[in-house]
Amino acid sequence: MDLSQAYDAMLGDLAGAFPLVLLAVAGLVIVVWDAFRNNDPLLPYIAGGALAIGLVFEGSQLASEQTTLFYGNIRAGGFAAFINMVLLGGTLLSVVLSVPYLRQIKHAYGEVYALMLFATVGMMALATGNSLIMLFVGLETMSVCLYILVGLVRKDEGSIESAFKYFVLGAFATGFFLYGIALLYGATGTVYLHEMQSGFAQSGATTMFWAGVGLLLVGFFFKVSAVPFHMWTPDAYQGAPTTLTGYMSTTSKAAAFTALILVLYYALPPERWTTVLAVVAVLTMVAGNVLALAQDNVKRMLAYSSIAHGGYILVGLAAGTAAGYSGALYYLLIYSIMNIGAFGVIALLEWDGKIGREQTMESLSGIGTQRPFLGLAMAVFMFSLIGFPPFGGFFGKVAVFGPAIDAGLTWLAVIGLLASVASAGYYLRVVYVFSFKSADERPAEAPATGTGFNVPFSSLAVLSLCVVLLVVVGFIPGLRDVTTHYFIDMAVAAGTL
Amino acid sequence: MLPQTVLRHCFPFFNAATDMYTEFVPLFIMIVLSAGLALTLLKLGEILGPNRPNRVKTMTYESGMDPVGTARERYSIKFYLVAMIFIVFDVEVVFMYPWAVSFQDFLEAGAGFGVIMVMLVFIAILAIGLLYDIKKGGLEFT
Amino acid sequence: MELTVNWYLALSAILFSIGVMGVLFRSNAIVILLSVELMLNAVNVSIIALAQMMADSTGHILVFFVLAVAAAEAAIGLSLVIALFRTKPTVDVNEFNLLKH
Repeated sequence: MDLSQAYDAMLGDLAGAFPLVLLAVAGLVIVVWDAFRNNDPLLPYIAGGALAIGLVFEGSQLASEQTTLFYGNIRAGGFAAFINMVLLGGTLLSVVLSVPYLRQIKHAYGEVYALMLFATVGMMALATGNSLIMLFVGLETMSVCLYILVGLVRKDEGSIESAFKYFVLGAFATGFFLYGIALLYGATGTVYLHEMQSGFAQSGATTMFWAGVGLLLVGFFFKVSAVPFHMWTPDAYQGAPTTLTGYMSTTSKAAAFTALILVLYYALPPERWTTVLAVVAVLTMVAGNVLALAQDNVKRMLAYSSIAHGGYILVGLAAGTAAGYSGALYYLLIYSIMNIGAFGVIALLEWDGKIGREQTMESLSGIGTQRPFLGLAMAVFMFSLIGFPPFGGFFGKVAVFGPAIDAGLTWLAVIGLLASVASAGYYLRVVYVFSFKSADERPAEAPATGTGFNVPFSSLAVLSLCVVLLVVVGFIPGLRDVTTHYFIDMAVAAGTL
Repeated sequence: MLPQTVLRHCFPFFNAATDMYTEFVPLFIMIVLSAGLALTLLKLGEILGPNRPNRVKTMTYESGMDPVGTARERYSIKFYLVAMIFIVFDVEVVFMYPWAVSFQDFLEAGAGFGVIMVMLVFIAILAIGLLYDIKKGGLEFT
Repeated sequence: MELTVNWYLALSAILFSIGVMGVLFRSNAIVILLSVELMLNAVNVSIIALAQMMADSTGHILVFFVLAVAAAEAAIGLSLVIALFRTKPTVDVNEFNLLKH
């Protein structure tokens, strides 16, 4: 390596990783600003501005050639631009929804926005990382910030308890993830994903390789909350501030799934893992949907539903083809929109002073007649989550189940469809409670009919945007296949196609 | 390293077979010097300084805590705060060691300035963390 | 007896298992934190041994990052335990059971 060029090469790469650097710098600016002017209402604007600029930049990179930066540590352009847009967009929507919500629960700390930016930096490093070190650092940057965000309402016993549970199980999973990295590194002699296969062929350390892969997958399954490693999810989602639940349930899942796809794609021969992924997908879909049916708290129900959606995405991964992987990424995009929207609506309807963790379904009776917009938006999100055409969720399911059928996993797709039908049971219950129950059926402690539940303009704008996106997203030509040709390009570059 | 002739003169029991020990002689000298200096200063302070003992002064030294009372007393939460901050800043230094070790190579290759800048950025980020901590009162003991 | 890399890997596996057992079966929050740290540092033993075996410095760099991450996690974990202790004066995790189905 020519050392004299090292610094110039790094400076050049900084431009390619512009959103990553911008978010990190904006986060630091917020930290300094907050240190001098505590909880300044200007802080969300800095975060939002940085995210918007990053989003525009990644949009301009979408059609560009895929490259790696920083000596092959991070991907940029093309595929990476797509997933970064999902992450940046999801964070931007969550930031806008969080501003009025955090003021409403009287925890409008300035640090929240810095932590969200840092978490997003971690997610981007995780999703676009090309070396195991980058994956680990990204995963931990993301997780450590999310632990704090979950426990934000630290005076509330349930919130801090959920943060502690999330922390213990998250750190536990990190241990497995890291052990997997260590054994993979030992078995292949490299930390770069694209060199894993050749390194493994060279060393022939079979036992260590497969043990490492198994441990790494356990770590990933924890992070994407696949059954049987899902037990932290409902607790963490129920106790977290609601808009931040929407944030962590979508973007962190998108980042972890993307990293999982890259690891599967580069480091593992597909024929060995289809069965494992298919079994985990079935367990996740069935357990997620069945447990969601039994919930009476909307946040907890949405947590189990988010587990089930992880199962649908795993179906695309089990297919193991370029179409399956890009279908999973497309599903993550749509899932992010509808879940952030659903949690955004729930956030506006909280009145129990315990960030909604004890509100029953009945407490939301008749919202549809009192606030027709919220009722309509929630109905769109719920129908989309079921996978009802013409909403985005339907096209997402087509994108993951289709490749599974093509790959000969018809039984898996059938189970997925049956699970989707079962999920209508609890999603439609929300629509029913919202629209057809009268407001008199709310518990006595609830605010009187006709009062409360203000819808700030910013939330209105975000929710409308989510609704519009869900209606049109399935009809944008080429969006579903936008990542497919990157996988094909990568396969050509690796000489496997 | 002291010249061998000087060593042989001072320590006649040295011969060729114990040459490997001569490498450690400066270390032994250092130990003797530091121990001697410390003890001498302590004794000097006792001889030269004023000596007016009272009850508080003769009490066992416990880093500023009251040594009398139950040993199972709870520590103030402030100690944990400082400990947490210490852990984080303490470990960050680990990144400076490889940097310092390989700095010479970069300097010879003519990239010294840029590499110094990289470390300054790293330290600046840490300093921002410290600044935040100070401004938020993490280091106040009242 | 020669110290091959397998001995280090075995030591690391044993330490890791002790950490896993600690997280799963102990109920003191601080002990759980210690066990998590033990898991991470057990992996460090593996990484260092493997890097030394292959004469590759990448593993050493990974260990530095793991150390930093472990410190950050320890700080977060400790602050969460303090926050838990403030809501209910105990560090027994079985006492915290608000979130149920």
